[in-house]
Amino acid sequence: MVKEADIVRTSLADEDADELRHYYYQMLLLRRFEERTGEMYVKAKIGGYCHLNLGEEATIVGLMAALKPEDYIFTNYRDHGYVLARGTPPGPIMAELFGKETGVSGGRGGSMHLFDAERHFMGGYAIVGGQVPLAVGAAYALRYQEKPGVVVAQMGDATTNIGAFYESLNLAKLWKCPVLFFIVNNGYGMGTSVAMGSSEPDLWKKGASFRIHGEQIDGTDVLAVRDACRRLRDYAEREADPVILDMVSFRFRGHSVIDSDRYRNPEFVRKGRQEHDPVRNFATLLHEHAIIDDAWLKATADQVEHEIQEAIDFANASSDPKIEELYQFMYATEVANTPGPEDAIAAVKINRGEV
Amino acid sequence: MPIITYRQALNDTLGEELKRDPNVLLMGEEIGVFQGSYRITEGLLQEYGPKRVVDTPIAEEGFVGVAIGAAMLGLRPVVEIMTINFILVAIDQVVNHASKIHYMFGGQVRVPLVIRTPSGGTGQLGATHSQSFENWFAYCPGLKVVAPATPYDAKGLLRAAIRDDDPVMFIESLALYDTKGDVPEDDDFVVPIGVAEVKRTGTDVTVISYSRMTAVAMQVAQRMANEGISVEVVDLRSLRPLDRPTIIASVKKTNRAVVIAEDWYSYGVTAEIAATIQEEAFDYLDAPVQRVAGIETPLPYAKDLSAASKPSAHSLIYAIRKVME
Repeated sequence: MVKEADIVRTSLADEDADELRHYYYQMLLLRRFEERTGEMYVKAKIGGYCHLNLGEEATIVGLMAALKPEDYIFTNYRDHGYVLARGTPPGPIMAELFGKETGVSGGRGGSMHLFDAERHFMGGYAIVGGQVPLAVGAAYALRYQEKPGVVVAQMGDATTNIGAFYESLNLAKLWKCPVLFFIVNNGYGMGTSVAMGSSEPDLWKKGASFRIHGEQIDGTDVLAVRDACRRLRDYAEREADPVILDMVSFRFRGHSVIDSDRYRNPEFVRKGRQEHDPVRNFATLLHEHAIIDDAWLKATADQVEHEIQEAIDFANASSDPKIEELYQFMYATEVANTPGPEDAIAAVKINRGEV
Repeated sequence: MPIITYRQALNDTLGEELKRDPNVLLMGEEIGVFQGSYRITEGLLQEYGPKRVVDTPIAEEGFVGVAIGAAMLGLRPVVEIMTINFILVAIDQVVNHASKIHYMFGGQVRVPLVIRTPSGGTGQLGATHSQSFENWFAYCPGLKVVAPATPYDAKGLLRAAIRDDDPVMFIESLALYDTKGDVPEDDDFVVPIGVAEVKRTGTDVTVISYSRMTAVAMQVAQRMANEGISVEVVDLRSLRPLDRPTIIASVKKTNRAVVIAEDWYSYGVTAEIAATIQEEAFDYLDAPVQRVAGIETPLPYAKDLSAASKPSAHSLIYAIRKVME
């Protein structure tokens, strides 16, 4: 899937063993969080649309390892892993998926609309392409206020076919905005393959007419992702210049939890999961270099299970958002002639047949 | 109080807010070097420089999105959309993003953004350059929508909008830019968002209007006074939040209501106001509420047809006479 020459192989000799173990831990946390999320969806604990990051663990963990606290991240609706890897505790994330008041977005957002202002995670957005100009705007603000940092505009491969993407490329270059256009290229936009939807299937080339540098990176190799992101992040910040990262990865399941994935050849999927599993491949690599052993793997797996179970328990024990707070967050600046808690209670009672 | 034009009131306010707050910046097509398609931003690039007055390419979806993203990090962009017709290519950013970000993310981030744009149209601008879409935005929870009719309100509401932490659609009118009125020199007066004003008191019939139609209503009210009909004019000033109590109080007093707006008749602003009146003042009405709005075609170019398709003083007088029968 990635040309051999494009891959920068990293020698483990220069690596910090604790850091490598941490990457594995984070990838396993994402993997198991998403698998358990799938289970919770089937149990109807989670409603609406729900998109999992399964298969994209190395892409996410590698990116987060490269980013600095001052950087900002905007993603699409497939956002659970990004918030987790940025450091938000699993409990409030799971609680948001459950629609609870303790959720990261107060139960107002759901799976597709996670947010963590403190960690500069500026939201998951569910209208394809919508987050891309927002990310350029955040980078514009950093430049305007002469602050350090870059902004990640994460998107799927199919987003590179929408107009907002091209307007964003043009404005980011024109206005010298340090943006990483971070394309998670899992080969499919829902059921439409990259080749079916894009007249230029090499997505990293799509910045050419905007004079934006692009690279294709093996998104299943956490170290390759981290190194490329570090290098391009520093370039973007130093030169106040946007870049495109075409992160090639493999989607383990259908587009969303309810997609039965009928359009992909089962053999292709089976083989992909076997060959491009970033978590297992990284474990094998660390094992080969004697950085981890079976006992460590077992202990790490137990710890991850425990953390996720705690998150599920936290979500289960949390309360639903209060009816009287239905209008809370409508406006940041108070304004006349807007409904309040009593109006919310009255309206909800009628809608529930309680009057 | 000095008498200035609506255009001057906007220009003064933009300049004063640029001066007051370094996070305020203007963005839009042709607002700097060209000095503004309708000269609202005249002289501001020269005074405040290209960092504060930003000429954008023709990419409304892109630069409106950039403004929203910049607002999320603390800037206070004031975006000019040349006419409201062009905002349709940016409507995803306004409706799916600006209006929802504060609520949907549990109040964690604010979007202090103003989008200024003239709506409606006169003078044979044709089907695609004469539309009124403020009702599309007034429909959307999370936005604030204001539409001042006078230089005084233009200044007071623009100031309030720029200092507000929510996305505000600021609706102007080409036909109002040269109108004149008193505007105080007081640096800090604001007109509160969400509050209507009784622009003229009367006892026989309430006319409810906003923006250019308020100017029409004021002229008609004067004329009707000569005929012995006392017209009260309620100028909405804000479409969202809508000041229902002021509308209802007036109708309960006069027992008759005419609603006028420049947008198309069906599903337009007049429908919302008429529905509100029948819900909250039905027993006070001595006649059915009359609505005056645009004829429902793509606006034709031909001079006579074009003028005849828009609501006018004539159509308002016709409606007032009808409720007085």
